[in-house]
Amino acid sequence: MAGPPHLSVERVTKRFGTVAAVDDVSLAVGSGEFFALLGPSGCGKTTLLRLLAGFEAPDTGRILIDGIDMTGVPPYARPVNMMFQSYALFPHMSVAQNVGFGLRQEGLAKTAIGQRVAAMLDLVQMGDFAARKPSGLSGGQKQRVALARALVKEPKLLLLDEPLAALDRKLREQTQFELVRIQEQVGVTFIVVTHDQAEAMTMASRIAVMDAGRLRQIGSPSEVYEAPNSRFVADFIGAVNLLSGHSREIAAGQLVIDTPTAGTLRVVGAAVPGATVTIALRPEKIALAREPAPSTENRHEGIVREIAYLGSLSLYRVELASGAILRVSLPNTARLAEPPFARGERVSLSWAADAAIVVPE
Amino acid sequence: MSTRASLLLTGVLAFGYLFLYAPIASLIIYSFNASRLVTVWAGFSTRWYGELIGNEAIRAAAATSLEIAVLSASAALVLGTAGGFALARHRRFAGRTLFVFMTTAPLVMPEVITGLSLLLLFIVMEDWLGWPADRGITTIVLAHATFAMAFVAIIVQARLAAFDRSLEEAALDLGARPWKVLLVITLPLIAPALVTGWLLAFTLSLDDLVIASFVSGPASTTLPMVIFSSVRLGISPQINALATIFVAVVAILVLIAFWISLRRSKESGSPS
Amino acid sequence: MRAIVNPRPGARLAIAVPFAWLLLLFLAPFLIVAGISFGESSIGIPPYTPPLVFSDGIVPTLNVNLGNYALLLGDSLYIRAYLNAVEFAAIATAICLALGYPMAYAIARAPRTWRNPLLMLVILPFWTSFLIRVYAWIGILKTNGLLNNLLLASGLIDQPLPLLNNLFSVEIALVYSYLPFMILPLYATLERMDPALLEAAADLGCRPFRAFLTVTLPLSLPGIAAGCLLVFIPAVGEFVIPDLLGGPDTLMIGKVLWDEFFTNRDWPVASAVAIAMLVLLVAPIALAQRAIGRGVGAA
Repeated sequence: MAGPPHLSVERVTKRFGTVAAVDDVSLAVGSGEFFALLGPSGCGKTTLLRLLAGFEAPDTGRILIDGIDMTGVPPYARPVNMMFQSYALFPHMSVAQNVGFGLRQEGLAKTAIGQRVAAMLDLVQMGDFAARKPSGLSGGQKQRVALARALVKEPKLLLLDEPLAALDRKLREQTQFELVRIQEQVGVTFIVVTHDQAEAMTMASRIAVMDAGRLRQIGSPSEVYEAPNSRFVADFIGAVNLLSGHSREIAAGQLVIDTPTAGTLRVVGAAVPGATVTIALRPEKIALAREPAPSTENRHEGIVREIAYLGSLSLYRVELASGAILRVSLPNTARLAEPPFARGERVSLSWAADAAIVVPE
Repeated sequence: MSTRASLLLTGVLAFGYLFLYAPIASLIIYSFNASRLVTVWAGFSTRWYGELIGNEAIRAAAATSLEIAVLSASAALVLGTAGGFALARHRRFAGRTLFVFMTTAPLVMPEVITGLSLLLLFIVMEDWLGWPADRGITTIVLAHATFAMAFVAIIVQARLAAFDRSLEEAALDLGARPWKVLLVITLPLIAPALVTGWLLAFTLSLDDLVIASFVSGPASTTLPMVIFSSVRLGISPQINALATIFVAVVAILVLIAFWISLRRSKESGSPS
Repeated sequence: MRAIVNPRPGARLAIAVPFAWLLLLFLAPFLIVAGISFGESSIGIPPYTPPLVFSDGIVPTLNVNLGNYALLLGDSLYIRAYLNAVEFAAIATAICLALGYPMAYAIARAPRTWRNPLLMLVILPFWTSFLIRVYAWIGILKTNGLLNNLLLASGLIDQPLPLLNNLFSVEIALVYSYLPFMILPLYATLERMDPALLEAAADLGCRPFRAFLTVTLPLSLPGIAAGCLLVFIPAVGEFVIPDLLGGPDTLMIGKVLWDEFFTNRDWPVASAVAIAMLVLLVAPIALAQRAIGRGVGAA
């Protein structure tokens, strides 16, 4: 984390009727961080964002920005600005007037406003569109104006509600990197809400995974990906093979697990002998070969059932003797007309003991 | 849709328009008939327009009606907009059901009932409070504002229901206080609905016969009242001329509005 | 569920002012009318004695006169007028629906750029004087009028038809005046309908007419309800049309109220007629409110 807690959410709960949209959530975000709230729809991430902006008030708990309690502070008095999912550009004002709106509320002099607006429009590369009305802009252009409008006030926190949802794929990729670039240049703390884990992983330095109003895990993208703390997080981020079994013993620093579907496995980790254990194994950690690999801790035989060709990699669904399916992803390192393994072919799967991780429920 | 069905529909539509405009057309045509008889066409003449313009009673009544219409439409706009906001934005407050009833009942209430009840109210008020001192322009304005505000409220409410609240939230987020948001964001964006509401209230007031008859006084004869008494006596070609003037004014205003909206859509530019 | 953190004062004012105005100028008058309906007709200005009189300004005496209501129930004129009003309004509503539905449907199905102009053309007559347009029908329908002359000239008839001062002229004028009120809510509902629904019906094997009956018609019911109520209720109390275009056998209750008030100068009876009308219309008005509210909320 960079610096002392810039934003502190302390045990915040928000109910709508009997449902707790945000349930006893606590987190801290440092100054200058690019932070993501990630989760499926309905998990409470948007509600949490609106609590930070001041459009909703928490039922219990506090929100502190730079140590100051924001309880009861209305949205127009908070040092927080939001970029809305629908952009919410004022249709009866030009781009420049939109961007200058927040500065006019601060009562700045016209010339000062003009300068700051021009500088911000240049930053988002919309300088040529200052006089246009929003109805004359494309989706990507509207998004940049919305960003400029929120940033020009130099808020302590910038909240972004699904910023890339309305953009097409190519534009989304470009915009992801642009957002990161702008954030580094301006140094404002960004909090992004998204349901797209690839987006969160690309842009954010830390991710908070939410589910049904509760915070499941906070960590860097690699922490959340390689060391998920629950089935839910393991399953939500990326593709994963989840295998259950009973731990037998600890031998040579490795946990030995008997699974009904995949035989005996060796994992780096710890558990009480006899306990039911789940392990998470990412598809890219599994190797496929025609002959069994000489020495790896985990080896299995299987038949390739399906192949999905995705250009840069291929996804294989391999059926083990028990009937269970393991997902394997292999990069397509050579330019071949056919994938290296055919459907129905017998293959040998193998992975290292530290390739998988024990996942608490 | 099959061609036979669409032909039938187009036919009904054409018939409908014919039905709606035939009487208006007949008025316009006969306003230029030199003879006062409908059966005889005695040649093109504008004498009825001349007589109309020279008609003192009608001129005075027209001025009174216009004054009343402007005043009551403006009052109805303010009251109806407030009512529309109350209906659209506040789902729960004490007496909401009653409020909903009072803002929608005037839309359908027969005018004879509204007229009679308002007259009796004014009499009782005069008796107890000394005001309004006599029936006249004031009472008509009050009456018209009351029933017109219901129409404005419905229009404003419908517009607000479709309004994108994230625009208001964005303004709040950027530091504008709620009153400012109302004045700078919400009202300008619902302005077309407000204009429609004012125009509707204006027309309703200008056109009202029944309510005005009940609550008017000796010196406040409105245009519909004059038309009514002259029409009861028989065909009056001056009325045809008046009707034509009405139609011409309305047609010109509509064309202007259309031209303005065309200009505006050209100005906003096309997405690149 | 998005509620803005609004300061209470602004909201309270927006509610309180129109509320108070309507309480005073819309609701209270009905109570006064109800009161006067129990009063007695008298000479003077105003020409009635209210039921509650403060003799010497302090002592109240209540003198409830039921005679006005007795008159309503006893004299068949009033009952006839009520039944006529309901009957004529119902007929007009049916005709408006029969003519207005296809028109609204046609406009809703028209190419997008045509819709607003077509709708404008429906509303335009409304912006010109209602009174004058009703009066125009006199010139068209009278014995010596346009329609008869056209029919005579074309040889379709050899005697002028009695087209005026009867049910025919009243119905024509009612339909003519209230047609836009039927078309507008119908159009709003039809226009909102997703065309994909009809495509799905066709895809599933449904022929066009059947699709109309099983998909379009049920979905347009809210519009039908709103339109019918917006026509029927005011038509029941209509005065101008039966006065200008009606005859002795087309007496409607609105005209009765007017005559009682202006011709007979019997304000208490007029009040009783008004109250009776209100009682009659309370249920349809409540229905209309629901229909209007639904239409507005769904916008």
